[in-house]
Amino acid sequence: MFTRIFTVAGQELRLGLRNRWIMLATLILAAFSLALALLGSTPAGTLGVDRMTITVASLASLSVYLVPLIALLLAFDAISGEIDRGTLLLIFSCPISRTEFLLGKALGHLMVLTVALVIGYGSTGLLLYAVGAGSPAGLADFVRLILTSAALGLAFLAVGYVLSALTRQSSTSAALAIGAWLILVVLYDLALLGLLVTDTGGTFAPHVFPYAIMLNPADAFRLFNLASLGASSLVGGMAGVAESLPFPPVAALASIAGVTVFALCLALVRIRRITP
Amino acid sequence: MTPAATLTLKNVDKSFDRNAVIRDVSFELRAGERIALLGHNGAGKTTLFKMALGFLRPDSGDIAVLGHTPGSGASRAGTAYLPEAVAFQKALTGREVMAFYARLKGADRKRSLDLLERVGLSDAANRKVGAYSKGMRQRLGLAQALIGHPKLVLLDEPTSGLDPVSRQNFYELIEEVAAGGATVLLSSHALTEVEARTDRILILSKGQLVADDTLAALRARARLPIRIRVRGTDGAADRIADRLGGTRVNGCSVELYCEPEGKVACLASIGELGGLVDDVDMHLPSLDDVYRHFSGITAGEV
Ligand SMILES: Nc1ncnc2c1ncn2[C@@H]1O[C@H](COP(=O)(O)OP(=O)(O)O)[C@@H](O)[C@H]1O
Ligand SMILES: [Mg+2]
Repeated sequence: MFTRIFTVAGQELRLGLRNRWIMLATLILAAFSLALALLGSTPAGTLGVDRMTITVASLASLSVYLVPLIALLLAFDAISGEIDRGTLLLIFSCPISRTEFLLGKALGHLMVLTVALVIGYGSTGLLLYAVGAGSPAGLADFVRLILTSAALGLAFLAVGYVLSALTRQSSTSAALAIGAWLILVVLYDLALLGLLVTDTGGTFAPHVFPYAIMLNPADAFRLFNLASLGASSLVGGMAGVAESLPFPPVAALASIAGVTVFALCLALVRIRRITP
Repeated sequence: MTPAATLTLKNVDKSFDRNAVIRDVSFELRAGERIALLGHNGAGKTTLFKMALGFLRPDSGDIAVLGHTPGSGASRAGTAYLPEAVAFQKALTGREVMAFYARLKGADRKRSLDLLERVGLSDAANRKVGAYSKGMRQRLGLAQALIGHPKLVLLDEPTSGLDPVSRQNFYELIEEVAAGGATVLLSSHALTEVEARTDRILILSKGQLVADDTLAALRARARLPIRIRVRGTDGAADRIADRLGGTRVNGCSVELYCEPEGKVACLASIGELGGLVDDVDMHLPSLDDVYRHFSGITAGEV
């Protein structure tokens, strides 16, 4: 069972590393994070906060946009693309179960994503540390950022698989993936903000809003990272929310995991019914 | 003792959106047999393969693959498949594709790489599959299907896109596989393509199994007439037609048909004409004629 999962994962890793789009996304990630690290240098000294910590705070905001994008890029044609090209016919005729197939895909894509994150963020972190701009604690912040970004990526990979398993054409699932990114990463926050502003009865902010944030992996990710950096004073906006929540920030991680498992199960239900 | 059945279909029906695609098909394939499944486009060959693989479920009837339910782990472990228009990940090399399927099938990777050589792809092993020609992809697909030791090999139009040399090579490989005790079921839309390289022929026409026999038996059963064309010397065509029967086809030739058993008698009476005859052409029913006879297609179609 594990051999087959690792076989599929290994192939996805290989394909991912040969995918120009993924390469480009990794470069963008590295370029942005270096730029943010350099730009973030000015206020760091004056506030007396670890420069690495500040950089991690801005990178967390970057992750919210870029990581879901990369994940959806990897996942959108995981199923539909293979049906479209006709490769799934051959794979499903082999003695591999559909669960093993999906888990292999997810593992492989997670590895690609982790490689991109380690290159993109790791290089910045090491650079800052090497020039003496941060403490070991700052390094730990970087590690946390990379790990949680990978978790966020996995959640969006799972969402991508659901969308990919809904159709038989990769062009359709590409459109669905773009839609999902817009909704979950951009519009969701705007909608929450709008509701907060227009909330006159005062029930939305305390009773609905915290849970609405937890339900979206992108928001949960931002919440957890900013809260654990203690960075609400540095970065305004949603970070301040963390202190007023009815649950500890760690719950955000559990929520991301929950969404991931749920989406994977959903994708599996679809994949099992597919005629390749 | 007869060899064990590897694929059994019993009264299988399948329809898509109320269109019957497979109608009451039954047959049994045994170990070591090479079987050709023939049928025109849309006859239901691919549908039959997909049911044997468990991708599609029959509406009624039973299918057993190596004694198991189609699609079950046990049936897939012993089955190999080459889809029609086979496709691979374009960014992988031939060698990587073989290694991937060898691992999925739990087979020896080294041995599976030897298969690349067997299908004549060792030179292209390190090239990206995206740069392969259709024939090369087809051969890679075949090499993939022979990984491990499948007991049932399902090949959907395996020789389409192959040049004559590759096709020859292909049938040699198939013969080896069958000699090793595997059942090889291959589909084609023309009897000429499978030549005489299979042991048994199934003909599917509009979803119905209209023939299941050896080529020799099918020929005999079809009782197709032999066509003889006699060319006369100048001006003799009318007299030849008078003596032999048959029809004038152009200024100097006469065409007649005779039953297979009447062949010798017919030739003898031509011999009696002596100097009237310039030349004789005999046309035995071709494989295509036999196929058309059973699948009920008239010469104009296909
Ligand atoms: N998924 C499907 N949905 C609807 N009709 C189908 C489907 N697959 C095949 N058919 C129909 O079934 C018939 C047989 O197809 P197929 O088995 O591919 O024929 P062959 O392989 O012999 O050319 C065709 O008329 C085709 O249109
Ligand atoms: Mg077909």
